[in-house]
Amino acid sequence: MNRELKRVTIAVIGMFVVLFLAASTVQVITADQLYADSRNTRTIFDSYRYKRGSILVAGAPIAESVPVDDNYRYQRTYPNPATYANVTGYFTLNQGMTGIEGSLNNYLSGKTGSQFLNQLNAILTGQEPQGATVALTLDPVLQQTAFDALGDYEGAVVVIEPSTGKILAMVSKPSYDPNLLAAHNADEVISTYNTLIEDPLKPLIDKSITGDMNPPGSVFKLVMVSAALESGKYTPESTFENPAQFQLPGTDVFIENATHTSCGPGATVTLATALRLSCNIPFAQLGLQLGRKAILDQAKKYGFNTSFEIPMKTAASEFPVVMNDPQTALASFGQYDVRATPLQIAMVSAAIANGGKVMYPTVLDQILEPTLKPISQFEAKEFSQAISPENAATITQMMINNVDNSNLITNVRIDGVKVAGKTGTAQNGDGEPYTFWFTGFAPADAPRYAVTVLIENGGGLGQNGYTNDIAVPIARKVLEAGLNK
Amino acid sequence: MSVSASPDFVATGSIGRLKRVRVSQRMRNVELILILIASAINVAALVLVQWGVLGKIDAGPLAVCGLLAVLVLSIHVAMRFVAPQADALILPIATVLNGLGIAEIYRIDLALGNEGWDSLANKQIAWTALALGAALGTIVLIRHQRILQRYTYVAGLFAVILIALPMVPGLGISVNGARVWIQIAGLTFQPGEIAKIALAVFFAGYLVQRRESLSMVGRTFLGMRFPRGRDLGPILVVWVLSMAVIVFQRDLGTGLLFFGLFLVMLYVATGRGSWVALGLGLVAFGAVVANQTLDYVHGRFANWYDAFNDANFSADGGSYQLVQGLFGLAHGGVIGTGLGEGMPEITPVAQSDYIIASLGEELGLAGIFAILCLYLLLVGRGLRIGFAGHDDFSKLLAVGLSFTIALQCFIVIGGVMRVIPLTGLTTPFLAAGGSSLVANWIIAALLLRLSDSIRSEPRLVVG
Repeated sequence: MNRELKRVTIAVIGMFVVLFLAASTVQVITADQLYADSRNTRTIFDSYRYKRGSILVAGAPIAESVPVDDNYRYQRTYPNPATYANVTGYFTLNQGMTGIEGSLNNYLSGKTGSQFLNQLNAILTGQEPQGATVALTLDPVLQQTAFDALGDYEGAVVVIEPSTGKILAMVSKPSYDPNLLAAHNADEVISTYNTLIEDPLKPLIDKSITGDMNPPGSVFKLVMVSAALESGKYTPESTFENPAQFQLPGTDVFIENATHTSCGPGATVTLATALRLSCNIPFAQLGLQLGRKAILDQAKKYGFNTSFEIPMKTAASEFPVVMNDPQTALASFGQYDVRATPLQIAMVSAAIANGGKVMYPTVLDQILEPTLKPISQFEAKEFSQAISPENAATITQMMINNVDNSNLITNVRIDGVKVAGKTGTAQNGDGEPYTFWFTGFAPADAPRYAVTVLIENGGGLGQNGYTNDIAVPIARKVLEAGLNK
Repeated sequence: MSVSASPDFVATGSIGRLKRVRVSQRMRNVELILILIASAINVAALVLVQWGVLGKIDAGPLAVCGLLAVLVLSIHVAMRFVAPQADALILPIATVLNGLGIAEIYRIDLALGNEGWDSLANKQIAWTALALGAALGTIVLIRHQRILQRYTYVAGLFAVILIALPMVPGLGISVNGARVWIQIAGLTFQPGEIAKIALAVFFAGYLVQRRESLSMVGRTFLGMRFPRGRDLGPILVVWVLSMAVIVFQRDLGTGLLFFGLFLVMLYVATGRGSWVALGLGLVAFGAVVANQTLDYVHGRFANWYDAFNDANFSADGGSYQLVQGLFGLAHGGVIGTGLGEGMPEITPVAQSDYIIASLGEELGLAGIFAILCLYLLLVGRGLRIGFAGHDDFSKLLAVGLSFTIALQCFIVIGGVMRVIPLTGLTTPFLAAGGSSLVANWIIAALLLRLSDSIRSEPRLVVG
């Protein structure tokens, strides 16, 4: 019997040897392969365990990871969530990420090649490996002022530093709380996400750089004046016929100025006056004289039809490439199929303020390693020279005149400071609420801030609101906040 | 027998008694030290779990586990009186495995937020107390294995009844498709676990009676001697029983375990390798037929050989659990994440069938090796009793009982590690599950009893 027992013993030892080998195979030999499997949720959890880098504004975090006691180890929190929601974006378990969280994810999570050696070093020295910190160009005072000034309006505010292209404020309303989407409960995140995505006011859409863009209306006349002066055939004193109605060529459609009258007294009107009073008929004539191509070229130099990475991808503002004459006439005062983001309109103002030079816009100031050594540093980049410095100076004077000598933009006047500005009241179709715009910069003689305010949905007043009452005061509050610093 | 206090030892019948008096408590003293070490390991594991998951020490569970250590010590003390010569390693090994299991179950409870009677750890602690009581009772009441031999056929009948119980309407319940549980007054029990002990007793007794006729009488066919029909009958009965468990109770693991147990005991009793081949052939035949006719068996095979296929991975009842277990083991790597630092709760049933994957994740390959070594040592002690035993019944019973532990480890750990298709069985002593704990503690008690009887009897004293 002991002979058989010996064999059974050998068989038992054999069974355990198989188990030893199997365990070694799973836990050592194929471990890396198993770890890299896309279905390995432990790998996903581990990726959360890296302390994700913070997003800073003026040295204070607007997004940071704080230690918590669950599988994810760190909870992403947003200390001032609504004010910066469109900038930070959200960072979710299962619904992806947007904003800076999405566009700079590789840096924040510490996964770029340049960070590899640092991570290795951190592991070897026993430190917690962590992602890079991202510092933004935003100015917390301007951002908060713009956020508060927008109140309950649906709209956006963008402020650019004209000389550099640094975005100092970008606000979108209504906003949301990205903290809710950073929850570590997948069902909770999905339910919050669905509520937000079904909200008719679309809080998840950043209106300052994306979304269903609005027709720019009269603020587009700045591009028209630019094209006119750049052609060399016009000056601010060039004149146009001044009827109360104007028939679009080849159609029986008549267009009118906003006042339903001629553009001031007289049989003719100058370009400067037409801009100051924001008349449509002279600009329709100008557009027909310049032609579609010249306007398109000018619009593109300002950044239309280009998507920028700020580093979030912006929607490309649209100036139609194919149009007939009547359409060109309508596009000349920012209607028809012309569409623009507040960022784009702010870039037009900023370029005029910056001697005609368009700077590439960005919110990214620095990316810093955990040791605070910069990985990338802001450098001002020129996008184009949209107009000559002389013409920029000329248009600046016209815009100062707009504010000082027109009753359309009285609410942005600031004591002791010259403000350049232009309003727009864009139509969205019969009976549809207006879109209000203001764009401008201050101080006009040494520009520091180029601001654009967008108010959608008629500011809640349908077609009965006025830009000067709704959009313009917001611009003044933002500019004052900057100038008083 | 009356114990004589006389120092004279002339009569042969008293040699054993005398020897017992002289070396009396050496084994027990070793055991005591080892139990204290095992208890220390268990407490350390609980503390590490609390430290890792909660970040603080909670005295409550520690106190409860302290009570369990007291129960183990009471078994130890009882053995000083009723089984002083018993093996010194079995009790400490079972204790440390049981404790590690409780620590890991508790750890997953914490992760899943289970509290009160939802907490499997609490149930496991209660069952452990019950199982230790059963072990104590076994050792105290069964003073010699001969008592068991007397009840060979009763044990056989008992086993069949236990196996059939879950099929009784109103008593048996299905869990995850397998109908191997019975429910009485809200408590669930897996009678098949106890049945394996009864089967081992029955096989041992039956084979002792029939080993001569089984191995000597019969006809030769195709170069292999086959036993007579009436001797072969019970083999076929066991095979049919195992297949019935697989088919009707949908429990692949238990069926395999019963059959494997019988095959090994038959081989040890008769020395006929050809019958092992025949038995394995029957298993293979059964497996092929089951694969083709039983959907759940076919599914298990598909989940095994093509586990990483997305279709199997995302299928209902697919390889998700197997693959998650492998992910967990891989996550642990060589040294593990540390107790309380991994994510074992991601894997379904991480506390019972997958306890070894949970421990593998947190203790790493090092921990798995340590646990496997403990099992090997435990099984080795059992087989050693088989070698040392001087009556066939003791030898066979020791082999049978220790081999069930080995085979059960191989079936469930091999399933988790993807050596063989996954079947639902518990890892002895570690996994959450009351019936398994009670059964394995009774097995441990029987092995202790066997080892004591063998050492105490005159023949071994000489050697």
